[in-house]
Amino acid sequence: MSILIDADTKVVVQNITGREGSFHTVQMLAYGTKVVAGTAPGRGGREVEGVPVFDSVREAVDATGATASVVFVPAPFAADAIVEAADNGIGLIVCITEGIPVLDTMKVCAHVRAKGSRLLGPNCPGLITPGQCKVGIMPANMHAPGSVGVVSRSGTLAYEIAGQLTALGLGQSTCVGIGGDPIAGTSFIDVLTLFEQDPSTQAVALIGEIGGTDEEEAAAFIAANMKTPVVAFIAGKTAPPDRRMGHAGAIVSAGRGTAAEKIAALQEAGVTVGVSTEELVQAIAAIA
Amino acid sequence: MKTHEYQAREALARYGIPFPPGQVAETPEQAEAIARELGGKVVIKAQIHAGGRGKAGGVKLAGSPAEAAEWTRAMLGSPLKGRVVRKVLVGQALSITREFYLGAVLDRAAKSVGVMASAVGGVDIEEVSRSSPEAIVKVAADPLMGLADYQTRDLARAVGLAGDQAREFGTIAKALFRAFVECDCSLLEINPLALTEEGDVIALDSKMVIDDNALYRQPSLAALRDIAEEDPAEREAQRVGINYVKLDGNVGCLVNGAGLAMATMDAISLYGGEPANFLDIGGGANAGQIGAALGIILRDANVRAVLINIVGGITRCDVVAQALVDLIREGALAVPVVARLVGTNAAEGRQILAGTAVALATTMAEAAQIAVALAAGSAARRPAGAGRTGPGEVAR
Repeated sequence: MSILIDADTKVVVQNITGREGSFHTVQMLAYGTKVVAGTAPGRGGREVEGVPVFDSVREAVDATGATASVVFVPAPFAADAIVEAADNGIGLIVCITEGIPVLDTMKVCAHVRAKGSRLLGPNCPGLITPGQCKVGIMPANMHAPGSVGVVSRSGTLAYEIAGQLTALGLGQSTCVGIGGDPIAGTSFIDVLTLFEQDPSTQAVALIGEIGGTDEEEAAAFIAANMKTPVVAFIAGKTAPPDRRMGHAGAIVSAGRGTAAEKIAALQEAGVTVGVSTEELVQAIAAIA
Repeated sequence: MKTHEYQAREALARYGIPFPPGQVAETPEQAEAIARELGGKVVIKAQIHAGGRGKAGGVKLAGSPAEAAEWTRAMLGSPLKGRVVRKVLVGQALSITREFYLGAVLDRAAKSVGVMASAVGGVDIEEVSRSSPEAIVKVAADPLMGLADYQTRDLARAVGLAGDQAREFGTIAKALFRAFVECDCSLLEINPLALTEEGDVIALDSKMVIDDNALYRQPSLAALRDIAEEDPAEREAQRVGINYVKLDGNVGCLVNGAGLAMATMDAISLYGGEPANFLDIGGGANAGQIGAALGIILRDANVRAVLINIVGGITRCDVVAQALVDLIREGALAVPVVARLVGTNAAEGRQILAGTAVALATTMAEAAQIAVALAAGSAARRPAGAGRTGPGEVAR
């Protein structure tokens, strides 16, 4: 078991002929992901690594039955790519692209929701169900199958935690990167809800960072709804206020969104919060 | 991207939002001429990218053109809130009966544009939100439908306006929302929005922050960028596609990924050190970017040691390691360096660094401890190019 993706997930890569799209298609195929199609407007009929390329998502879905997409489309055109995927029945749209104007993301989130699809990201590493399927850009060898669910705003920090878990023999059910933008299609609560329902997930590592209130909302959700133990780490304790720390969404503004507030909210909800990534992993080891 | 008040004012005026007449002056003579043309009392406001100007002495009332020139002379070139004043806005002074706040922000939780109003205007709205949050009313505009008329009526009523004034307020709120969306703002405020003795609703001050990710499609707004307000090192980093934020410690950090970069800073702090910077080289950085990143870190004279933490995904550890070796060969590494490389091509990367002066760590915790120890044991140094002031010099 796992959440969102498994060995049967059929994936279409949007902008498969681009540098990132083609590179990660190779990586995903090597991992065993069923990459059944790619899209590149005007380049239909070609193949990338044996994967057929279509002009549109509609043609790709009609020909292959793809149910998930991964978007490597450049920022100015990525919102349109997400809309195209949602309009053609793609249930899970994973947007890797960084730098999408936030007002575009806002509209796209509303549209995707109205279509009954799920958007993961943008500006995210994607997700991986170790041993079965990866839809994204994470280094696969840092992951192993198991029962720890990982959900993170940061990509590399999620790899870091997964790598440490794997080194201790603690595999993961699914690792989900929700992305570093101020507005994202999928929140911590959305992923926690799925982990809570997944019998194979025995513990959850939640990796948050400064900015916004997604962690605080997650804390309230955990206290009210979760039986699966959750352990957390919050990055940015040393970040100065009013400075954007790389991620568009990682900013303490008007004194809100600090690591201290998030840590306090999580602790109040009974969540163990590691002061370091190592401490988070040890806390997981103690319960998993 | 932040803008100056006068720039925000010009942008909002295009949407029909009323402001008192006024113009920007860069010399006392210009200020005097503008004041003479406006007649009566004028307000002189320093144009810097910082709030709280009034309290800091950056806003003055002048009763005559001569006084306007005097205040302008006093402000221009002088430091204010850590910046240097280069321009002032000279505007007509009005008799005000009430002051409101009206603003549009990204409502991250509601995934929409939040439009906020308060009857407590003209003061620091962040302070109001902390001390009396109930004094601020907020509506969420639907991302696809926009701000509805009924929502502007709700806001007007909540701040105590009725009749013609409520309608004027509603028109301004709609215009503000339209400007927010069309200009790709992440923050757009009118503070205060004032009620004059004549009963008109008019904007006295405004603040506009543009979404950096949208600048590519906002060329006229992108042109408003004032690089004099930016840190030279941060500007240089931005130019080469790196995210860099200068901090006050002595352990430089070079990391791939924003979350990992923050966690690395936190780890340095946890082990008793202080990070000198946040630096995210992004995904798939090339040798040029890594060299530029190290250059930026080392130009900070406080830096005594550098921690390189790479969890390779798109970023290849061997590329980072090779760039490091090249820099050592050029003699460009003036401080001790500890590197921790895991993920894509980590074994190759570690092999490239084996036998060099770069210390190797296996975990982030170990790397942080080594870096803190190296910084403590490393002598104070002069920065590369000390004694000269080049364009890349960190001016702090």
